[in-house]
Amino acid sequence: MVVVGASMAGLRAAEQLRAAGWTGAVTVVGDEPHMPYNRPPLSKEVLAGKAAFDSLAFTPKGSTADVEWRLGTKAVAARLDERAIDLDDGSTLSYDGLVAATGMRPRRLRCPGPQTGRHTVRTLTDARGLRDELTRPGVRVVVVGAGFIGCEVAATAVALGVTEVTVVDPLPLPMVGPLGELLAGALLRRHEERGVRFALGTAVAGFEGGDRVTGVVLGDGTVLPADVVVESVGSVANVEWLDGNGLDVGDGVLTDEWLRVGGRAEVVAVGDVARFPNARYDGVPRRVEHWSIPADTAKHAAKSLAAHLAGREGELAPFAPLPTFWSDQHDFRLQSFGAPVLGIDDVRVLDGDPDGDVLVGYHVGERLVGVVALGGHAVATKAARYRAELLKQPALTVQGASK
Amino acid sequence: MKVVVDMNKCQDHGQCVFAAPDVFSMDDDGHLLYVSDPDDALRDEVEEAADVCPLQAIRIED
Repeated sequence: MVVVGASMAGLRAAEQLRAAGWTGAVTVVGDEPHMPYNRPPLSKEVLAGKAAFDSLAFTPKGSTADVEWRLGTKAVAARLDERAIDLDDGSTLSYDGLVAATGMRPRRLRCPGPQTGRHTVRTLTDARGLRDELTRPGVRVVVVGAGFIGCEVAATAVALGVTEVTVVDPLPLPMVGPLGELLAGALLRRHEERGVRFALGTAVAGFEGGDRVTGVVLGDGTVLPADVVVESVGSVANVEWLDGNGLDVGDGVLTDEWLRVGGRAEVVAVGDVARFPNARYDGVPRRVEHWSIPADTAKHAAKSLAAHLAGREGELAPFAPLPTFWSDQHDFRLQSFGAPVLGIDDVRVLDGDPDGDVLVGYHVGERLVGVVALGGHAVATKAARYRAELLKQPALTVQGASK
Repeated sequence: MKVVVDMNKCQDHGQCVFAAPDVFSMDDDGHLLYVSDPDDALRDEVEEAADVCPLQAIRIED
């Protein structure tokens, strides 16, 4: 078995292959020098200096003691017809089963101007570099992108004592895509009350400075002075190594409902690089970048691979995870269950009010498809009580599907 | 089987409660409660709970 990608998805895949009964060799290839580690703290505890970098590694399981880790090495090409993977050190790995777990990398802004002073937050190395910059006295920070990472980094910067933090986004509200207007508006007010500034409804046109960034130029010509820029403008799937195999890699790796790739039962994709249909919803394949997805996909994909290699096809139910995400910002948490984005046009307050602790439900017709809590622990716990109800909901019918 | 939760790490996400409801629960304020010496028959669900903890705060000791 070869697993390409040594982050959480790769680790969980190796563990789940063992749990599914595969006793043969497993090799995991990863381009970072580190063993798999937990990423959510990078934009929060690690950046804030509250978690040591080396506290993030996952605890290894006994079942994976004989897994070979090829770290600091990258897969450069896959030859699926020959069942072979070429690595950047010149070696080739052959396989009976292949797991694509290469994840995402941050999208970068293609604006004119200096490169130095511009950061992303995806890896340990990124977080270390940004922390060094945020702890410089009097530093002025511009965060480009008001999504999960952007909002978390802005909150962490304020907690570190940075007095000038501005978040720029072309949309009118932070996190409005995943949350909808009601919660996004509540989120904006909370950030502003805690000292974060926003430049919304405007794009970045370029960067000012010589060797190093000194300012961010907005679309209307306004210049925001900046010593540090954090780019949190989405991500790009690491799929180039799969090129040339006739796969659909337009947005991650397209899989079927058993996470198989390109109609090949011996190749699966896991983690946020996998674009899979969720039988719980509308059958439209989507990538999901939530923390829970590597474990969910790894379990299902490992069973799928193990069944194939043991000659037991067709035993597995279609993949139907219940997505969940959270985000910690300042002194509050966002906690989500289900797929709120599918019901974003019909948002109803289920408990509380948007200026305090609030729980909202997202609907398609009268069907509840997701809940999101904003506030303290108690309201997050209330959201969890809707999980059972969300699990009970029948699958959404596929709108406009031809099958 | 002995279950140890590092309460300095725990942030009350409650994912363990879904994975192992016989071992983990939340009080009304949203804080974690757990059984530290569950029956060995619950090992699979406790392992699942340890895996899904976002803070990796759950440890199983034999």
